[in-house]
Amino acid sequence: MPGPTLRALVLAASTLGLAMPLGTWAAEPANRIIVLATGHTLRDSGLLDVLIPVFEKKTGYIVRPIAVGTGQALTMGKRGDADILLTHDPEAEAPLVKEGYLINRRQFMHNDFIIVGPTQDPARVARTKSAATAFRQIAEAKVTFVSRGDDSGTHKREQALWKATGLSPTRIWYVEAGQGMGATLGIASQKQAYTFTDRATFLNLQKTLGLEILLEGDPVLLNLYSVMEVNPAKRPKANHAGARAFSGFLISEEGRALIKDFGKDRFGQALYFLDPVK
Amino acid sequence: MELMLEGIVKAFQLVFGGEAEVWTITWLSLTVSGTATLIALILGIPLGIALAMTRFPGRGVAVALVNTGMGLPPVVVGLFISIMLWRSGPLGFLNLIYTPTAMVIAQVVIAFPIVAGLTMAAFQTLNPRLRLQLLGIGASKLQLLWLLCKEARLPLLAAVMAGFGGVISEVGSVIMVGGNIKGQTRVLTTATVLETSMGNFGTAIALGVILLTLAFGVNFILTRIQQREQVRWPRPS
Repeated sequence: MPGPTLRALVLAASTLGLAMPLGTWAAEPANRIIVLATGHTLRDSGLLDVLIPVFEKKTGYIVRPIAVGTGQALTMGKRGDADILLTHDPEAEAPLVKEGYLINRRQFMHNDFIIVGPTQDPARVARTKSAATAFRQIAEAKVTFVSRGDDSGTHKREQALWKATGLSPTRIWYVEAGQGMGATLGIASQKQAYTFTDRATFLNLQKTLGLEILLEGDPVLLNLYSVMEVNPAKRPKANHAGARAFSGFLISEEGRALIKDFGKDRFGQALYFLDPVK
Repeated sequence: MELMLEGIVKAFQLVFGGEAEVWTITWLSLTVSGTATLIALILGIPLGIALAMTRFPGRGVAVALVNTGMGLPPVVVGLFISIMLWRSGPLGFLNLIYTPTAMVIAQVVIAFPIVAGLTMAAFQTLNPRLRLQLLGIGASKLQLLWLLCKEARLPLLAAVMAGFGGVISEVGSVIMVGGNIKGQTRVLTTATVLETSMGNFGTAIALGVILLTLAFGVNFILTRIQQREQVRWPRPS
């Protein structure tokens, strides 16, 4: 004769079991699911939340966007753990395309990076127009600089800029956050330090930060986004039909219109700019 | 401090403002962690009883393993389960990565040693003579187990609460194996991480408040069950 305790537990258990929406829990057939690996910044900006529902409704596919650093997104593509990649690191993308792991790489949109820092601007970054000069001034003034430090597309671009200045940042004033852009901006704001960020994330967070845009518009700061499909010849488990459908949607008139207008309602300006697809 | 206030106001708006998303997220948190706790109980209680009541070679190692498992770091569990479930991994053919099922698997791995360890401790505190007495009055093995479970019900319910509390509040494994996908695998903890990284601190605090309320509600019910038959110590006259 089970006691009241056990009966209560069994009741709770069976309620949970019955109420579970089984349809979404069961493994879906692989060909309906599209695993999209991308960087944190694109997900955090909210663009995917606009694009994916429209695409899913149109085609019946289910997109699983996985936001990881661009470095990890590319690894997922290479290993076949994703079907399609949306990344912004042309130098890291090229070898994987050349080795045949990724196909149909199309650079289709961009936004830009900016250098932000405290209003007082102790390194006088706002006086220059060149990102390399700005970095050199920060190094000379030894003002704290917070780096992503997470092998993301943004981190790699920042490192490329340091390399271009010929300086190697030292531990004393160069801080590695090891986190996403939002957390890194938060640390920079608390420390009143400089950092290197994409414009979309900064605009999203601006109201919570004590930081200002100090340098923008240098052509080396363009942030180029590409879409790539995982090659089904190398990774037969990849859902190539789904990947093709999604990349086709991104460069279709409908997809491009959504990208072009994204952010205008919240920020009064677009966050991403279309490029002629190539 | 106005952020905290904003968060609490926001929590009410989210819950009662007719926004379906927060309900979906809360429901998924409850079902994933509830299912994981249940499976952890089914696996953990027998193991805990076995470790407490039997002697076998290697038992010391098994006990140490269970005790270590009680402090398993969720991110390590998440990494391990991810590697197994990725398409390129040995269990990739199951297509479970980035599903709630994968999240349940990871949380079972986290909760099961907690339940087993606390069950073992509960049974070890029982008076060993009780077992002999029960056998002496002719109890069968099953009856013996049942009666001992009844005797240990208070610490056993504590094991349930510790297991559930451990998994409903963890973020490290579910964000890795679930992917924090909107409408599919987003739970309260991963949504809190996302909203924080997007700078929506008000919403993040609101989700935290909802999570705490949920954890309190579940524990309150379990505590009521646990304390209902509490022995009333006679007042000194």
